[in-house]
Amino acid sequence: MNPQPLIAVVGNPNAGKSALFNALTGARQKVGNYPGVTVERHVGRAILPSGAPAELIDLPGSYGLDPNSPDEAVTRDVLLGRQQGERLPDALLIVLDASNLDNHLRFALQLIALGRPTVVALNMVDLAKRDGLELDAAKLGAELGVPVIETVAVRRRGITELLGRLESELGHQRAVHGKDLPPPDLVHLQKRAREVAQAAILRETPVRRITHQLDAVLLHPVAGPIILAAVLFIMFQAVFAWATVPADALDAGITSLGNIVGNALPEGAFKSLIVDGIWSGVGSVLVFLPQILLLFFCIGILEDSGYLARAALISDRTMARFGLQGKSFIPLLSAYACAVPAIMATRTIENKRDRIATILIAPLMTCSARLPVYALVINAFIPNKQLLGPLLSARTAMMLGLYVLGFLAAVITAKLLKSTILKSGKSPFLLEMPPYRWPTVQSIGLRLIDRAKVFLRRAGTVILGISIALWVLASLPLEKGAPPPIAESFAGMIGHTVEPVIRPLGFNWKIGIGLITSLAAREVIVGTLGTIYGIESGADDDDRKGLQQALQSDLTLGGAVALLIFFAFAMQCMSTSAVVRRETGGWKWPAIQWAYMTGIAYICAFLANKIVTAWWT
Amino acid sequence: MNAAQPAQAFTIPLDSLELSKRAHIESIDWAALEETAARRLRQFGFDEGVTIEALHLGPFGRDPLAVRVGRMTVAIRRAHARAVHVVPIAK
Repeated sequence: MNPQPLIAVVGNPNAGKSALFNALTGARQKVGNYPGVTVERHVGRAILPSGAPAELIDLPGSYGLDPNSPDEAVTRDVLLGRQQGERLPDALLIVLDASNLDNHLRFALQLIALGRPTVVALNMVDLAKRDGLELDAAKLGAELGVPVIETVAVRRRGITELLGRLESELGHQRAVHGKDLPPPDLVHLQKRAREVAQAAILRETPVRRITHQLDAVLLHPVAGPIILAAVLFIMFQAVFAWATVPADALDAGITSLGNIVGNALPEGAFKSLIVDGIWSGVGSVLVFLPQILLLFFCIGILEDSGYLARAALISDRTMARFGLQGKSFIPLLSAYACAVPAIMATRTIENKRDRIATILIAPLMTCSARLPVYALVINAFIPNKQLLGPLLSARTAMMLGLYVLGFLAAVITAKLLKSTILKSGKSPFLLEMPPYRWPTVQSIGLRLIDRAKVFLRRAGTVILGISIALWVLASLPLEKGAPPPIAESFAGMIGHTVEPVIRPLGFNWKIGIGLITSLAAREVIVGTLGTIYGIESGADDDDRKGLQQALQSDLTLGGAVALLIFFAFAMQCMSTSAVVRRETGGWKWPAIQWAYMTGIAYICAFLANKIVTAWWT
Repeated sequence: MNAAQPAQAFTIPLDSLELSKRAHIESIDWAALEETAARRLRQFGFDEGVTIEALHLGPFGRDPLAVRVGRMTVAIRRAHARAVHVVPIAK
């Protein structure tokens, strides 16, 4: 058995729980999933003052032990020792927002009544003081019957003391007194919470001034939506324009490294595998890491600062027109980065039908995996002309158009779903507006490291595997001991088999191979085409410009536009389908989603090819 | 309940409360709310006697409302706010 004590970090949403968890565990943490549910399981290790390690688990923020969502159910089940794959925590670390005591204490009282060894962190005391609230931690501790430590997680204040108290509480089974065993009824619990809060508050002024003043501007009926639009514009500008600097540098680095490796290796099959198979396959996807991280960085800032909740409020009425609600805005915005975390973020939507509708449309939002494909095709086919001076080039306009297209498809689909198979009454949009805070470097940094790991793992497994398999299929069967022309290889045969189906879209058999490999993940097609054209043109041409030129001579403009449209709509992502299956509890919804999206993609790509070909030739 | 309490006459639904005006929650029509909404409101601390203040309105159709309840600010749709009856605090 695991000898390390398990400490559950638990509290309301917006109590600064994750910041405290980060401060306690530093970089020693892991993100996984609970079996059967898509709730992320965050565990980390803290070193207690005696030098002994303890395992910390960051439970999803919750308003009580009566769950409203799958997230909150996990919190309850872990605390009661009912969660599959998790042992009963040895101690609880309850995190309270010092500025929000009367509300957070209700859940804390429920938790203390569980009778486990418990320490309370009175967090964000600095913000409380800023807003004119002075608290007596000792008095609060006396009222609650458990130790209370003042902390400021983001400044690491109170962390050492907290660890010390946790260690001394561990193993002391608390005697549960009748006095602090609150009646289960919520109304009484709330009353007791207010009494305790009143007892602990030394002095208060009623307003959170800074948050209120900021909201007066950011939630202003006129300025609010304009600011939101501007924020989103700057975010996308950052991802498309500013990320090209690091991306180009990375590209140059990968290319020259590939050349060095290529020159060092003797001619032959092994060199071909490394340079044409692996390097051009994996390298062409790696280039997009800066863009993807920048997108996650922007969304992380918006989320941690508290602005996303305001965006949800501003957009609620608009979302309601499509049958959704403000809470759907947050997952849909994250879906611009990646549908997988977006679908996990739908857990906060209580209404089941709203949640399924949001899950179904999320992959239509332009996720970052489409970027490599769009960038490749646009750069190959759209001239770099300025439309509106330096502000907008033809390429940016095309890219923006594809984003709008994905968004329109998503909202129209939502409207369709919500007025037919997912009809429901008005959905409860009830959302806490947390106070504004500075995002911390640590919290954003840890998240970026996480996302980079996921991306690199995918590049190192799925994309690497497909690159190697494709190289093998493209190099066999041997003709007189040498690889055949690609058209006669196994890969070529597969491509030729599907060609009749995709010829109406303007695609040839090489694109066909790419479409098949990209069923696993969209960005794979870039590596696949890299490999196919790389092998075709000989080993030296591993330059990405080469791939663009090869595409230009191999595809018509109609086919290129059709390819973009196809990628805008088609469901080509195994990870998303897997998450949808887990989240909706079966294959029904992912199957419907796959058929719907891929069907629309085929029809629209067909129309795009016909229209563009008719107009431009 | 108390016949001597004149406050009843001034009870208004929360969605009619003027911005920046504080009020007490007089009663909540729990039966008019669907279960999830009712539970969430309770968890947000909506309760009889609690001080409440309407702070901001959504840009389109003045919906939803941002209200402060206790020390917390929450967004609530007009349709739900209508089930919360409040008595404005005279200045």
